[in-house]
Amino acid sequence: MNAVTRPATARRPPSGTDSGLAAQILDRASEPGWPPEPGWLRAARRRAAAWVEDHGFPTTKHEDWRYTKIDAALAVPMGTPPEGAADGGASVSVGDLVGPHLSGARIVVVNGRVVPELSSTGDRLPPGARVEALAGALQRLDGRLEPSWLWRAGDYPHALRAMNDAAAVDGVLIDLPPGTVVEDPIEVVFVAMPAGQPSWSHPRVIVVAGAGAGATLGETYLSGPGGPAVTNALTQVHLGAGAQLAHHVLQGERTDSFHFSSLEARLAEGSRLSSRLLATGGRIGRHEVDVVLAGKGADVDLDGLFLTGTGQHHDNPVLVDHAAPGCTSRQLYKGVISGDGHGVFNGHLVVRPGADGTDAAQVNKNLLLSERAEVDTRPRLEINADDVACTHGAAVGQLDPDALFYLRSRGVSEREARAVLVSGFAHEILERFGSGPIRRRAEELATAAGLIVLDEDGRSSGAVTAATTRARRGGRPQ
Amino acid sequence: MSAARAELAELAGREYAYGFSTDLDTDFAPRGLSEEVIRLISAKKGEPDWLLDWRLGAYRHWRTLAEPTWQNVTYPPIDYDDIIYYAAPKKKAALSSMDEVDPELRAMFDKLGISLAEQERLSGVAVDAVVDSVSVATTFQARLAEAGVIFCSFSAAVRDHPELVRAYLGSVVPYRDNFFAALNSAVFTDGSFCYVPKGVRCPMELSTYFRINAAGTGQFERTLIVAERGASVSYLEGCTAPMRDEHQLHAAVVELVAMEDATIKYSTVQNWYPGDAEGRGGVYNFVTKRGRAAGARSKISWTQVETGSAITWKYPGVVLQGDGSVGEFYSVAVSAGHQQADTGTKMIHIGKDTRSTIVSKAISTGHGQNTYRGLVKMLRSATGARNHTRCDSLLIGGDCGAHTFPYIEVKHPSAQVEHEATTSKVSDDQLFYARQRGIGEEEATSMIVNGFCREVFRELPMEFAVEAQRLLSVSLEGAVG
Repeated sequence: MNAVTRPATARRPPSGTDSGLAAQILDRASEPGWPPEPGWLRAARRRAAAWVEDHGFPTTKHEDWRYTKIDAALAVPMGTPPEGAADGGASVSVGDLVGPHLSGARIVVVNGRVVPELSSTGDRLPPGARVEALAGALQRLDGRLEPSWLWRAGDYPHALRAMNDAAAVDGVLIDLPPGTVVEDPIEVVFVAMPAGQPSWSHPRVIVVAGAGAGATLGETYLSGPGGPAVTNALTQVHLGAGAQLAHHVLQGERTDSFHFSSLEARLAEGSRLSSRLLATGGRIGRHEVDVVLAGKGADVDLDGLFLTGTGQHHDNPVLVDHAAPGCTSRQLYKGVISGDGHGVFNGHLVVRPGADGTDAAQVNKNLLLSERAEVDTRPRLEINADDVACTHGAAVGQLDPDALFYLRSRGVSEREARAVLVSGFAHEILERFGSGPIRRRAEELATAAGLIVLDEDGRSSGAVTAATTRARRGGRPQ
Repeated sequence: MSAARAELAELAGREYAYGFSTDLDTDFAPRGLSEEVIRLISAKKGEPDWLLDWRLGAYRHWRTLAEPTWQNVTYPPIDYDDIIYYAAPKKKAALSSMDEVDPELRAMFDKLGISLAEQERLSGVAVDAVVDSVSVATTFQARLAEAGVIFCSFSAAVRDHPELVRAYLGSVVPYRDNFFAALNSAVFTDGSFCYVPKGVRCPMELSTYFRINAAGTGQFERTLIVAERGASVSYLEGCTAPMRDEHQLHAAVVELVAMEDATIKYSTVQNWYPGDAEGRGGVYNFVTKRGRAAGARSKISWTQVETGSAITWKYPGVVLQGDGSVGEFYSVAVSAGHQQADTGTKMIHIGKDTRSTIVSKAISTGHGQNTYRGLVKMLRSATGARNHTRCDSLLIGGDCGAHTFPYIEVKHPSAQVEHEATTSKVSDDQLFYARQRGIGEEEATSMIVNGFCREVFRELPMEFAVEAQRLLSVSLEGAVG
C-alpha cells in the first residue's frame, strides 16, 4: 500500500499485437549492418525484448493508456528503418525539413541514426564538454553508459519504453563534466523519413551533467512524406548536484506520423530542470515525462502546450516523483483542441514518505473550440508525507463568452476575437521557450498549426494587431 | 512531536465504542455460494419466479467476472465460499407494537443510541431497522401511508408492490455493472424500498440503520428509492457494527430514480468497525450507489460521512439524464489507524444544462490511506453542462497518505469543468493563532478540522450533523500534533 508502485508493471496488460515483433528486432541485431556492440548492450536488448514479449503492448485497458489507442501505430512494421538519410526520391529533403543551422551544436538524427554531414558540434563547446553521436559513444565508453541504459530494466512503464532499450542504436550523448556551462543551445533535430518504407525508429538522447554544469537542449521532431512513420524516442537526463538543464521539445511531425517520446530525468540535490513541450504534429503524439526528484531541494518546472486539430490525438502523461525532502515542482499544461481532435493530460504527482517540505503544483487547462473536440484530463496526487503543500487544478471550457462579447462590442470580428483569445491562452506557455532560436522555431510550428503568435510583449502582427488596437482604443478592459 | 506521538498511541489504544455482539437466535443458510443457496434465499423469502430468475442471471454473470484490482486499497483475498449469505433472526409472531420487538435487539439499538422508542417519540423519524438482512421493525407506516409514500423493507415491497420493484430493480445499477453489484444482485437478502408518488413531499426524513451482527455473515442490502414527478424525499442511512476478528464483507447496492422536478437527498453516516490497532479485522465496505436523475430539473444529492470500515470503496454517482438536472456529492472521509478509503463519485452528464457539484474532504491520520477517485463525464449531448469539483485533503502525521485521482472526460465545447484540489497538513499558522489565544492544541486542531469539513456537514440533515461532528471528534481524538 505504502510503496508507490508504478502501476504499469503491477499488472500485465493484455497483449495488443503479435509480440513476435520484438524477436524480429533482435534478429536484426545480428544482421551485418548493425554496428558491433559491447556484450552488456546485447544482453540488455535481449532482456528488454523479452519484457515486451511477456507484457505485450499497452491497450486502452491499461490505466495509463486509457484514452490512447495505438493499434494504428502498431500496424506499422517495427523493424529498424533504412540507414542514413533516406530522402532519395522523396519530394522533401531532410535539409529542407530541418532548416538553417542555428548557433551552437546541432545534431541531425534521421530514422534513428545520426547524419554526420548535417551535424556539427560547433566550435564553442567548453573544454571537456562533449556532444557526440550515441552509437560511437557506446563503443568508446563501453560500460560507462550501462547504468543509464539499464535504468529501468525490468521495471518498464510500458512496452514502448522497453522497445527503445531493445532497439535504439543511435542518438546523442551530451556529457558535461562538473562546472561546465554550455552557453549556446544544443539542438537535436529528429527526422522520420519513411520515403515509401513506413517503419519505426528508436532514437535516444543521454544527458549527463556533472555537479554545477549547465546547458540548454532543444529537441525538434519532424517527419517527411511517404507513409506513416513511427518515432519512439527516449531522452534520459541525469543532473548532478546543482546542475541545471533547460529542455525544450518541439513536436511538429506530419499528421500521418505517430510520435511517442519520453523524458526520464533524475535530479540530484539542488539541481534544476525546466522542460517544456510544444506539440502540434502527429496523428498520435504522446510525450511522456518521468522525473524523480532524488536529492534535497531539487526543482522541476514542466510546461506543455498542445494544439490538437482534426484527426489528431495528443496524450501528455507526466509523472513527478518527490523522493527527497524540500523539493519543488510545477506543472502547467494547456491544450487547445479543435476539429475532432482529442487531447489528454495525465498528470501524476507522487510524494514519498519522508519527502517533507514538498511544494508542488499541477495545473491543466483546456480550451475546446469545436463541437467534436474532446479532452480527458486526469490530474492525480499521491501523497504520503504530511508536511507538504500540494495543489492541483484542471479546467475545461470554451472561450469566455464575456471576453468574446467585449471584443465584438468594440468592432472586432468573431473570427479575430476568437484568434486573439486563443493566442492569449497559448502565449503563457509559448513565452517560456526563452527568446532565442528555439523560441522562433516554436512560434513557426505554432503558426503552422493555425495559432496567431503574439510577440514577446504579448502583441501580435497584422489583422490581430489591428483588432486588438481597436479593442484597446475602445476602452479599458474590465 | 513526541506529545503527539503519545497521543497517537493513545488513539491507537482507543476501543471501538460500539464493539459488542448481541446473542440473537439466528437462522443460517449453508456456507458458500451456489445456485442452491440462491434458490434457498429466494424460497425462504417467498419470492416470485421473475426475481429468482433475475438472481440466477446475476449469479451466472458473476461467475464470469474477476474481482477488480484497480482500486488503491489492499486486503487479503476474499473467499466467497466461506461466507454465509443468509442469516435471519428467527421468525416471531407478527408484532403489533414496539414492545413486542426482541428485548435483546432493542437493548442493542439502545447501546447504539437509536432506541426505536425514543426515535418514535422524539425525533419524528421513521426507522426501518435492518438487522442481519431482515427488516425487524418499521415505524410510522401509518403517517407515511396517509401521504401515499411507500416505505418498507425490500422483501415487503417484493410481496406487496411487485410491479414497482420489477420496473425499477436494476434499472440504475444493472447486475452487469460490476463484480460486487452482480454478487449483491444474486444474494441480496433485504434492504429498504421507498416510493414517493407524484407531487408528494415526504412528510418526514426516512432513515435506516444497518447492522451487521452474526459472526461471519456478509450483508448484501439493496435499497431502491423512486421519486415520481415533483416528489421529494430525504433519506438517511447510518451504520455501526460490532467488533469482529474476522473480516466482514458488505456489498450493498443503492439505486435512486428521480423523475421530472423530483428531488432525492441521500445522506450516510458510516461508522462500521475499522479493525484493531494492527489493522486486523474490520468491515469491507464495497458498495455501489448510483442515482438516475431521469426527469428534467430533477435533483439527486449524496452526502456521506465515512469514518468507519477497514476499507471503504464506493463511488455514489449520478447519471444526469434529464435536461437541467442537478447532481451533488458532499463527502467527508476519515482514515485513521490502518483504514483505507478509496471513495469519490461519478457524474455522468447526458442532458442539456445539467449541473454537478462535488465537494470532498479527506482526513488521513495514523497509517490511514485516503483516496479520492472521481469521474466527471460530459457527453456530446450535454450542451451547457457545468461541473465544479473541490477536493481537499488533510494529513495529520507522517505515516498516512492522501491521494486524489480525478478523471475528467469532456466531449462538448460548451461544457465547463473545473477541478481544484489541495493537500496539506493542519496549518501551523492557524494552530499558532488558536494556541496564542489559549486554546489547547487538541481542541484547536479539532476546531480546524471541523471547519475544514463544515461545507459538507451543513449539507447533512440536522440529526445527522450532530452525530457526524461527534463521530469526527471521536475518530480524531488524540490524533493531533
